[in-house]
Amino acid sequence: MKMELHVFKGGVHPPQSKHTKDCATVLMGVPSKVVIPMVQHIGAPCQPVVKKGDPVKVGQLIGDTEAFVSAPIYSSVSGTVTSVESRIISGSSPIVCVEIAPDGRQEVFEGVKPPVVDSQEAFLKAVRASGLTGLGGAGFPTHIKLNPPKETKVDTLIINAAECEPYITSDNRECIENTPAIVEGIRQVMKWTEIPRAIIGVEDNKPEAIKKLSEAISAIPEIKVCSLKSRYPQGAEKMLIFALTGRQVPPGKLPADAACIVMNVGSVSFLANYLKTGMPLIKKRLTVDGSAVKNPKNVEVLIGTSIQEVIDFCGGFSTEPSKIIMGGPMMGVALPSLEIPIIKNNNAILALDEKKAAIPEESPCIRCGRCVKACPMNLLPFELDRLVKANDFESIGQYNITDCIECGSCVYACPAKRLIVQSIRLGKDHLRRTVKK
Amino acid sequence: MDKMLQVSSSPHIRSEATTRRIMLDVLIALLPAAFAGIYFFGLNAALLIAVTVLSSVAFEYLMRKVLKRSNTISDLSAAVTGLLLALNLPPDLPVWMAIVGSLFAIVIVKQLFGGLGQNFVNPALAARAFLLVSYGTKMTTWTQPLAAEVDVISYATPLGVLKEGGELPGLLNMFLGRIGGSLGETSALALIIGGVYLLVRGVISWHIPVIYVGTVAVIALIAGANPFYYVLAGGLLLGAIFMATDYTTSPMTKKGVIIYALGCGALTMLFRLYTNMPEGVSYAILLMNVTVPLIDRYTKPKRFGGGARV
Repeated sequence: MKMELHVFKGGVHPPQSKHTKDCATVLMGVPSKVVIPMVQHIGAPCQPVVKKGDPVKVGQLIGDTEAFVSAPIYSSVSGTVTSVESRIISGSSPIVCVEIAPDGRQEVFEGVKPPVVDSQEAFLKAVRASGLTGLGGAGFPTHIKLNPPKETKVDTLIINAAECEPYITSDNRECIENTPAIVEGIRQVMKWTEIPRAIIGVEDNKPEAIKKLSEAISAIPEIKVCSLKSRYPQGAEKMLIFALTGRQVPPGKLPADAACIVMNVGSVSFLANYLKTGMPLIKKRLTVDGSAVKNPKNVEVLIGTSIQEVIDFCGGFSTEPSKIIMGGPMMGVALPSLEIPIIKNNNAILALDEKKAAIPEESPCIRCGRCVKACPMNLLPFELDRLVKANDFESIGQYNITDCIECGSCVYACPAKRLIVQSIRLGKDHLRRTVKK
Repeated sequence: MDKMLQVSSSPHIRSEATTRRIMLDVLIALLPAAFAGIYFFGLNAALLIAVTVLSSVAFEYLMRKVLKRSNTISDLSAAVTGLLLALNLPPDLPVWMAIVGSLFAIVIVKQLFGGLGQNFVNPALAARAFLLVSYGTKMTTWTQPLAAEVDVISYATPLGVLKEGGELPGLLNMFLGRIGGSLGETSALALIIGGVYLLVRGVISWHIPVIYVGTVAVIALIAGANPFYYVLAGGLLLGAIFMATDYTTSPMTKKGVIIYALGCGALTMLFRLYTNMPEGVSYAILLMNVTVPLIDRYTKPKRFGGGARV
């Protein structure tokens, strides 16, 4: 079923590079070790509840916290805890990590059983207990997202299967391989949050996914499948909401303020499985691709597996990698090491060779306006870049720098190869630090 | 693994577009007009083009050295300015005057204000205005095009005829370029071919040329004159397609561009109809260039999700 489509303003068309879209997901086995960070979400870090030497089983709680914005963390393997210590995982400050040596037996923790859900409160507790955070990459604890303030009357559940970043096809595989779970997850969410209608948004470059989803919901009038024009960043939640409903999320506000809740398609499918089996979030499907990977594919890995082992599972490197990206090439994070573990909100690992990773040198802005045309948030990216580079932090607030979603469309489009997003990040950081004072 | 991994801010990919490629596209788009100028006005036109382009590039190279900044001639923007300036000059202008024009355009209007992307007016047009003031006689001495029908010693341009009186050349000649005028402005056909190339390549969008030319035509109609003459005569097509569309000196917002193009058209006709000058394109564009920061400030896009405009 199709609906009248709006298109968001702006955006760019990078080459899709969806080499793995027909690659069925392959299960990767137990790795040699897992390192599970205590922060895999937006919000307060979890405290480890195990210590060195403790035996753990699959699905056993290893980290939790009383803080509100948080989600618990579970062991993905059975084995013995070998260390609980702070490590530098990515560019940020050190994070406490629990390292476990698997025994290979994958014994399931006795406490793993389907939750009893008989009320909205019980449902939200179950969502929290599952450890679910936004699997599309944002990592926001889902139990909070599904419990918006009473004043906001949410009328639409949007399921994000857009997957607009180049290379990534894991959501596409989710739609094709787990269609019943997706539909069941949507129904459960709608039931317990009392949202009357749901729309699944899929980019039109995924005809097989659209077909399977449409068939699966054909008997359910409250759920629709909508084909979206393939353009980056169609999967950004503000752009998705606008394309499907015509509503614009107000600045600084959340989708609930536009009467919508957006969930990644992998998140709803996981939730359905959790409600059925009680197994919390311990594994993740992700796309492994890039010019330096020998056998690009979609893999399902246990959380905590190192990137090195994931790449080894995909045939290793075909050539020396120059850049490793967690996520897609437009918004992904470049990683400093292969020893970094896979975490909950990781949906792709890209390894680029030297040629593909090369960043051209910046040249002067010629004021061509392509960044303005590309920006989906109605900003003036060239001006923000200019102001930050000139250290004029007074004016960046007036130019709505905080509206920037850092999608990278401006940088992609720029013929002078200006590092606009980098400047914007510096500007935002400056504002955060000066406001804190 | 021996080598270290690159860690830089997202995004990690770029489009193929480069400044140099854009400039190259402009040069290519100007070739038809340049060849038409050489065809109609002879070898001095070719000499003028070569000298202006080479001196522009040379001045940029030298000035960057003087300013102790990087060498930028490979981005081709100096070459573009040189070619645009040449196309704006009378075909028999003494070559040394063209060199003075290059110096003014590159050294003063462009490099002294900060180089590429920082000029506040169009360098080629500013240089033309400077030459007009400094060497008025030679800058308004026009040449009879080769294979023209009329045989005169000092030749008037169509706009000159419209102002002073005389016999107007036919519309076909005005379209092909068999008329008097600046080196690159006479052949509407050649200019339009170049314009279409720029549109197809995505270097310019249709808004400025169409709105600018459209405004001129409408005002001509309202004033009771023949709109075709006013569109084909003088430097309008050259100005609307190649000069007013210059990125650095035109607005950055969609609304702003419309206001700018309307202003260019209105001012052009104001000068053509109500002043002593036969031509108004150069001054119209220069004056609108100067208003661009103001236009940009007042046409900022509406904030996503509502909220007051800045």
